[in-house]
Amino acid sequence: MSSPTSSISAADVAKVANLARLDIDEAHIEGFTAQLAKVMNHFHDIDALDLSGVEPMTQPYPLVNVMRDDVELPTLDTDEVLAAAPAAEERRFRVPPIIGLDG
Amino acid sequence: MATTSAHDIAAGVAAGKISARTVVDEHLARIDARENDIHAFNLVTADAARTHADQIDADVKAGRPVGPLAGVPIALKDNLCTHGVDTTCSSRILQGWKPPYDATVVSRLRAAGAVVVGKTNLDEFAMGSSTENSAFGPTRNPLDISRVPGGSSGGSAAAVAAGFSSVSLGSDTGGSIRQPAAMCGVVGVKPTYGMVSRYGLVAYASSLDQIGPFATNVADAALVTEVIAGHDPMDSTSIPQPVPSLVSAVTQGVAGMRIGRVTDLPSGAEPEVVAQLDAAFAALAAAGATIVDVTLPSLSYALTAYYIIAPAEASSNLARFDGVRYGLRVPAVDTNAMYGATRAAGFGDEVKRRIMLGTYALSAGYYDAYYGKALKVRRLIANDFNKAYESVDTILMPTSPVVAFPFGDKADDPMSMYLCDIYTIPTNLAGHAAMSVPFGTGAHGLPVGIQVLAPALGEVAMFRVGGALEIAAGSQS
Repeated sequence: MSSPTSSISAADVAKVANLARLDIDEAHIEGFTAQLAKVMNHFHDIDALDLSGVEPMTQPYPLVNVMRDDVELPTLDTDEVLAAAPAAEERRFRVPPIIGLDG
Repeated sequence: MATTSAHDIAAGVAAGKISARTVVDEHLARIDARENDIHAFNLVTADAARTHADQIDADVKAGRPVGPLAGVPIALKDNLCTHGVDTTCSSRILQGWKPPYDATVVSRLRAAGAVVVGKTNLDEFAMGSSTENSAFGPTRNPLDISRVPGGSSGGSAAAVAAGFSSVSLGSDTGGSIRQPAAMCGVVGVKPTYGMVSRYGLVAYASSLDQIGPFATNVADAALVTEVIAGHDPMDSTSIPQPVPSLVSAVTQGVAGMRIGRVTDLPSGAEPEVVAQLDAAFAALAAAGATIVDVTLPSLSYALTAYYIIAPAEASSNLARFDGVRYGLRVPAVDTNAMYGATRAAGFGDEVKRRIMLGTYALSAGYYDAYYGKALKVRRLIANDFNKAYESVDTILMPTSPVVAFPFGDKADDPMSMYLCDIYTIPTNLAGHAAMSVPFGTGAHGLPVGIQVLAPALGEVAMFRVGGALEIAAGSQS
């Protein structure tokens, strides 16, 4: 298993911001990097733990698939849902082009 | 000040001795008088509250049955969906959004006769410990307006402390009910994970989030918990078990109970807080409980586990805010540019920090080192609790290491803010129950909260101890 030995860099933060679809301008990358590095330095405390053989715990209780009877039930009102959208057309959500126009 | 006990209000309204309208008007008058100073609310729903109260009074007059919270004014944290009523999560990205449905807890409260007076302020998307991260400005502590009310449910805690509502709801992912309850001198409950439906709670970290009440007294907190708890098919993590009587537990006393004192508790609590914890143990021993030493050796690692797991889940949950289906959209030439611009404009800095932290912890090359490890530490903490609960019924520790602090004290240092949650986070990681009960004062005469922890579905034991602590706190002052 790899160990988090090096601190997070400005390049890491820029990459992560892009993965998370957050436009962060360069002027703010440095500040976020310093804050995140300080938090992540604290994370090193668990490096001292022997975690071999420990089962990961994703949920308080084991999740089971929950099924219901296959019957028609009322759903959300389409017009009401679309009225809350930034843009709608022909009873659908309207979005800008999926493929960029500039490339 | 008129009575604000939910029990007294509901009994009086149901018996026709007091009118729900009068009760609501009294609370709205208090809001008018002090809300400018406190800013507990993002929205006060005065007209709807008066209409609902009049309807309850009409029901009483006509002899129709009313619920166990008839006429009780309640405030809702603004991350709980209310049909047709703005639900912002104190974020610009959801400003103006009106949900197309009610959260299950909201439906249950209305059915029980509770009257919603407004939506309360929070740290944006419940990420914070001071309510300073709200996009709409901070909430101030009603006991000292130069200080924070705690967070993230600071508005809900302040609303009850200021008498704006009799009770309120918050959500608790790492302490967001218990910590502000402690700092505002009120009772706050985080029920067992799965006891209260999360349907209609805007998700922060789904494996940790749980809804619970604030109240001025333990019995009211038990009553509201009874109303909102119970299985809901709309939440796949909801526990399909009946809810035990919690109100009756409050007065059962602690004779014969075994209460755990953690001998290796992480340090950092203010000396006055430690002194109140000692006094609480002494009071419970005098009331007939046995104090038993326990160890929780992994507890000090809870902060690291939490601040990896919660941001990881948040980075996934908050991906839905993309400018497509609801909330803010910043126009751009294509969808990818629209996502980035919308989320940059809509989210505040703390939300951005946690999304980036979580995205990093889940990214290729770092997943095992961060997220994978954190999940294993989470298991160690749960194992520690399970072992401790073999010899005790509940565990006592401070709720917050510090009393309410001044604005700006920790705002620029996320790590010092995160340390406020050191005693509350472990319960969320384990999925257990815990509550904060006001117990004396600490530095600057500000309230101290003592936390009662119980295993999963241990609410009866928790409320027994909570009730005893309340009596002891009353006789102490």
